[in-house]
Amino acid sequence: MARSFEAGQAVRVRDDYPPGHIRTPVFIRGKRGVITRDFGEHDNPEITTYELEGPQKTLYVVRFRQIDVWPDYAGSKGDTLDIDIFEHWLEPA
Amino acid sequence: MTDATSSGGHGHIHRESGPPQPDDKVHSYYQILGIALQELLIEKGIVSADEVRQMIERRDAITPARGAKIVARAWTDGDFKARLLADGNAGAAELDCPMTYTELVAVENTPKAHNVIVCTLCSCYPRELLGLPPSWYKSREYRARVVRDPRAVLKEFGTEIGDHVEIRVHDSTADIRYLVIPRRPAGTEGMTESELEDLVTRDSMIGVAEAKTPGK
Amino acid sequence: MRGPHDVGGLEAGPVDTTTHDMSFWEKQIDALHALVGDEKRGIVPKGQNRRYVEALGEDVYNTLNYYERWTATMSQQLLEKGILTRDEIDAKVKEIRDRLEATGELELGQGEAEKI
Repeated sequence: MARSFEAGQAVRVRDDYPPGHIRTPVFIRGKRGVITRDFGEHDNPEITTYELEGPQKTLYVVRFRQIDVWPDYAGSKGDTLDIDIFEHWLEPA
Repeated sequence: MTDATSSGGHGHIHRESGPPQPDDKVHSYYQILGIALQELLIEKGIVSADEVRQMIERRDAITPARGAKIVARAWTDGDFKARLLADGNAGAAELDCPMTYTELVAVENTPKAHNVIVCTLCSCYPRELLGLPPSWYKSREYRARVVRDPRAVLKEFGTEIGDHVEIRVHDSTADIRYLVIPRRPAGTEGMTESELEDLVTRDSMIGVAEAKTPGK
Repeated sequence: MRGPHDVGGLEAGPVDTTTHDMSFWEKQIDALHALVGDEKRGIVPKGQNRRYVEALGEDVYNTLNYYERWTATMSQQLLEKGILTRDEIDAKVKEIRDRLEATGELELGQGEAEKI
């Protein structure tokens, strides 16, 4: 199911570990962040890498607070991490 | 020593000219395999030696000077900077640096925020603006650590970021490519755009260093 | 399931920040890879190489350097698509080894000769 999100919306990355080619790093799965930008529909690498045709997915930039990503984060509280993530890896938080 | 890449014969490891370099020696099976693939593909007419040579030249021609041109323009033209920050591809295209397939996001360093880019999964890099990535950008050490401990990694590059400055790491995982606009160094008010371009290093556009200070 | 490529946040040593020019061999592999993947040839379509790199397995991934990985995955794809055969590749590798040996350009590292 395609979901759409808006800039500023809180999201959580799916905490799933399916097989296959996935561009959502393991370290960010299950983490909460906020949508910052919407880049519209892009080819879904999970499909196109197998030379298959499939629907495009919306690509977002999601901003995470580093202290939410790494429990032992050593830097400043305001430090952030931006990652581009496809819509099907995100759910409302 | 013949130079087969320019004479159209077999694929070859030699440079176009100049004395042999230490890395001209072949050290591994996979290096031989790479030469073998090239020669076989040329023999079968799938690629030509000329095409390989032209592709190398085309890639060599893309250097960080392109990114530097964009940064220097952003430093000197506030309207351009605003357009670039809003739509990276459109901004880069204004300076004849079209992005292929990917979406450019320009991120600006300020007194309160310092940006640094990485691709933890492979080595996604704004090749159209910076050329081919340096080896450390592709290394496990950089990719593993800069997302988790950016200050320590930046220190290894000689870049100290104060605690009052927020660090923004950008992990390029899909179709976004980032370009850091470093802070314009002090004492550059009277400089022309092309003088400013010389201050903008590759590392400053990845975010592991600041732009050069004039005279240094 | 964490692939060998998915290293964000893992323990690792200091970054070797020295910059060296890419070797001509690296540039050749980069160029060859771009050519076999271009629209004219389409042998290694955009985005497919990553999947092959990920599938190299932990050992191979961590042993090979960046362009050696690309060489490994390119050979695999050329084999799979029937563009090259294993026999052709093996024969060519031996031919090149002999040639480089004769010109003094071969300086194989430990354990490399056995792979040929």
